[in-house]
Amino acid sequence: MLSILGGLLLVAGAAFLVLAGLGLVRMPDVLNRIQAGTKATTLGTLLTLGGFACLRPDWALKLLLIALFILLTNPLSSQVLAHAAHRAGARQTPLANRVDRLAEDRGDAS
Amino acid sequence: MVEALVTVAALLVGIAFLLALYRFLRGPDAADRVVAFDTLTLISITGIVLIAFLDGRGIYLDVALVYALLSFLGVIAVARYLEQR
Amino acid sequence: MDSNRSTSAKPELPIGFLPLFATLLLLWILLHGSLSLQVLAIGIPAALAIAWLFRDGLSFVTDFRFRSTEALRAAPRFLLFFFKSLVIANIALARVVLSPKLPIDPGIVKARTRLKSRMGRLLLANAITLTPGTLTVKLDGEWIYIHCVRVAATDIEGATAEILAGFERYLEVMYG
Repeated sequence: MLSILGGLLLVAGAAFLVLAGLGLVRMPDVLNRIQAGTKATTLGTLLTLGGFACLRPDWALKLLLIALFILLTNPLSSQVLAHAAHRAGARQTPLANRVDRLAEDRGDAS
Repeated sequence: MVEALVTVAALLVGIAFLLALYRFLRGPDAADRVVAFDTLTLISITGIVLIAFLDGRGIYLDVALVYALLSFLGVIAVARYLEQR
Repeated sequence: MDSNRSTSAKPELPIGFLPLFATLLLLWILLHGSLSLQVLAIGIPAALAIAWLFRDGLSFVTDFRFRSTEALRAAPRFLLFFFKSLVIANIALARVVLSPKLPIDPGIVKARTRLKSRMGRLLLANAITLTPGTLTVKLDGEWIYIHCVRVAATDIEGATAEILAGFERYLEVMYG
């Protein structure tokens, strides 16, 4: 029973990893790609690690450690990366009502 | 049943990896590649744990942990570089 | 075995030292999965050294208000709310990515947080990054710059403040 649950979690997590990949390919600019990448990989990895924990309960502690580490560092690194990308002037999609308060506050015309 | 599910998951992880790899190779900016790299790392962590599971070797979990640690530092370092350029 | 040496410096120890030391040692023991003498002989001095070096550093353990029962009650609620948002975020993302038209309208908005502590702000920024359609781009004092996949046509600032308030409710009690 537990192993079936583990397998299902594993497939669900892997599906979210595919979603992350699709998001990376389909999204039009860096910041949107980061959005898709972080959210889907975080949930996806948490689910797959949870699935493995169900399949191998004796590994649960170490898997929890990995999951905790990813949960804390993944949003942080994408945040640093997003700021760097914005700062380096990575191209963004030109859209009608685009707001960019960060560029405004820094004083560069976008 | 469980074997089938694990196989499906392994296939999906492979597809996810290829999709992220496409973005990594395609770019166009350095930032895009770093995002793709970060995603690739996370997908690989699932991949490493999957191999650990299939081989029944718990020691590979440490590899996954250290891999996560190094990639975090790597992404931060590259982001800092991009920022100061 | 090395613990005697450092207890001499006790009077000037900051409050953050002991919890940090305990967390590090616990992490090390978890990593090894055993309590043998070898593991402790390396773990204790290393944890002491790191805890000493980073005694003024930031930690989600040491900054937590353990003495407040309200904070202890808010923590699991925060986690629950956070995971719920994470799942909703991914479903929303799946809708956007899988739809052929790719309905996005991105922009960067600015919001002010009422949280005072550094750790509270950091966790808020992390939580925002993992919730529906938002990504923290910069944390500048009390201002947070947020990239949104879809900017609401009207009342941008109000919509963002609402997102912040959802997490601030818990973090305010936990970290201040």
